[in-house]
Amino acid sequence: MKLSGLSLLVAALATVSLAHSADISGVITLKGTPPAEAELTPLIEDPTCGSLHTDKPTTHFYAVDAKGDLADVVVSLNVVGKSTGATVAPAVLDQNGCIYLPGIIAVQTGQKLVVKNSDPCIHNVHSISTAGNTDHNDAQMQGGTDLTYTFDKPEDFLKFQCDVHGWMKAWVTVVDSPYFAVSDKNGKFIIKNVPPGKYTLTAKHRKLSLVGTTYKGLEQSVEVADKNVTANFTFEVK
Amino acid sequence: MNKTAPLKFNRPLHWFAVLTAVATFLLLGAGGLVTSHEAGMSVPDWPNSYGYNMFAFPISKWTGGIFYEHTHRLWATVVGSMTTILAVWLWLKDARKWMTWLGVAAFFGVVAQGVLGGLRVTLKMDGLGVFHGVIAQAFFGLVCALAFFTSRFWLNLAAQTKPSPVRRGLRSHVLFVTVLIFLQLILGATMRHQHAGLSISDFPLAHGQIWPDTSPTAIAHYNAQRIEVMNEGPITAFQVVLQMVHRLVALFIFLGVAAAVGIALKRFGKKDSLTRLAWFWLALILVQIGLGIETIWSNKAADIATAHVLVGALSLVTGVLWCLIAFGRSPHVSAAESPVVLDAQPALAGNK
Repeated sequence: MKLSGLSLLVAALATVSLAHSADISGVITLKGTPPAEAELTPLIEDPTCGSLHTDKPTTHFYAVDAKGDLADVVVSLNVVGKSTGATVAPAVLDQNGCIYLPGIIAVQTGQKLVVKNSDPCIHNVHSISTAGNTDHNDAQMQGGTDLTYTFDKPEDFLKFQCDVHGWMKAWVTVVDSPYFAVSDKNGKFIIKNVPPGKYTLTAKHRKLSLVGTTYKGLEQSVEVADKNVTANFTFEVK
Repeated sequence: MNKTAPLKFNRPLHWFAVLTAVATFLLLGAGGLVTSHEAGMSVPDWPNSYGYNMFAFPISKWTGGIFYEHTHRLWATVVGSMTTILAVWLWLKDARKWMTWLGVAAFFGVVAQGVLGGLRVTLKMDGLGVFHGVIAQAFFGLVCALAFFTSRFWLNLAAQTKPSPVRRGLRSHVLFVTVLIFLQLILGATMRHQHAGLSISDFPLAHGQIWPDTSPTAIAHYNAQRIEVMNEGPITAFQVVLQMVHRLVALFIFLGVAAAVGIALKRFGKKDSLTRLAWFWLALILVQIGLGIETIWSNKAADIATAHVLVGALSLVTGVLWCLIAFGRSPHVSAAESPVVLDAQPALAGNK
């Protein structure tokens, strides 16, 4: 009976808390003309991987539509030490058609990242960190069991690659809070249930935010009260 | 064994040493293909392969990058075995003590190379690949030297009177150029193991300039404009400078080898073996420069880049052999130091 009362209290507090939170959303656009993407010729020429595609797959460094809406941009708040990764559902990275899907993904510190192999061939799952997370290199046979990874340290665009198929890459951004999103094919992002406060919102693109060997994103100051906030970003390719 | 007996030309030993050198050259090519195809980590375990004993790994699974990495490993065991046999053979049948120790050095060299390659995989330390590549070049030079020292040519050279000794100045010059080639190979191995593709993708200019802009803004621009399929890692100012240094050193090597040809022509005439070898060396350097340019123009095509590695190895070995011949023609190298009896009908077995 006591436990039930406690549960109700927690639920009530959570409701009150959510009532005083808001969403941050926006659209990412790209100004300028990016370089043309390249055909994944080695994939097309590979007997097994090539047979999994009817079209000619290309790189997706600039996932931009005709209107300039830019996908695959990671947007996050400057919040650290608030990860809920241990309790949220795992993120999934699939090897499908000898391509990593999605190519850009974001997870929390401590959150499970499940890597699947949906292909009829061997892959090796090779993660390379530049921020002190543990590197992995694991075999994954066709039909093999899923591999699960977690990351302790925040990191921008931690690289996953398959060395059997050298064109296969994915980048995983690790955030130390639940307040992040990746822009979709329409350039839209939404970060839900942000507590009231003043924040710096940062948008990082894997190509356009690279400075040296680190990433420096576009930033905006945002203040969250009890209403949803809109924040748009425009990247420029020079 | 009789260590004091004069040495005869041992044809089987010599040809086995030559065969080991050829096998090592092919292994260099196999290793070059591994790096050119970015496949160095495609087999995540070692010495097993995907859990199989490496000799029992099914051929059906040799797909993609696995093919290059696994065949490299298998061929390395062949070279390791041949080097071991060669070292034992030299120990048992070569009267020259320094040769037996060179054989021992080759044995430990090939073992170290195998372990280094394995550690690169198991420790996931890609940086070890640079050492693996550089030691491979040095090991190839050592095995070629072993083949040369067991040759009739060397034995005759050490025994005969010195008709045209090579002056110290020329010897030093060629040695300097050979060392420069080795340094160039280290630069090349470092560039290849950055896994960042071409840090400069145009030639003869570099990012459209004689000397490229390496400011942070310029590097960010280069990276934003690069669309790489395999080597998509970002390039850095260091890598750009590294390629420029590689280009400049190539020019110095060309001038150095051309000067060696000129001096040899003037000193020994066009029919001398050192002059002919110098011409061959110059031809190799020209081919190497052509391959370097084509590596850029082909956006680092795997076969071209690997050929560039192989011709680089041949250029190094040619310099080493030139130095050895020049050393052999020096007055202080005598039959007493390299005990030789010329044998018109070479014995099949050694003299020990």
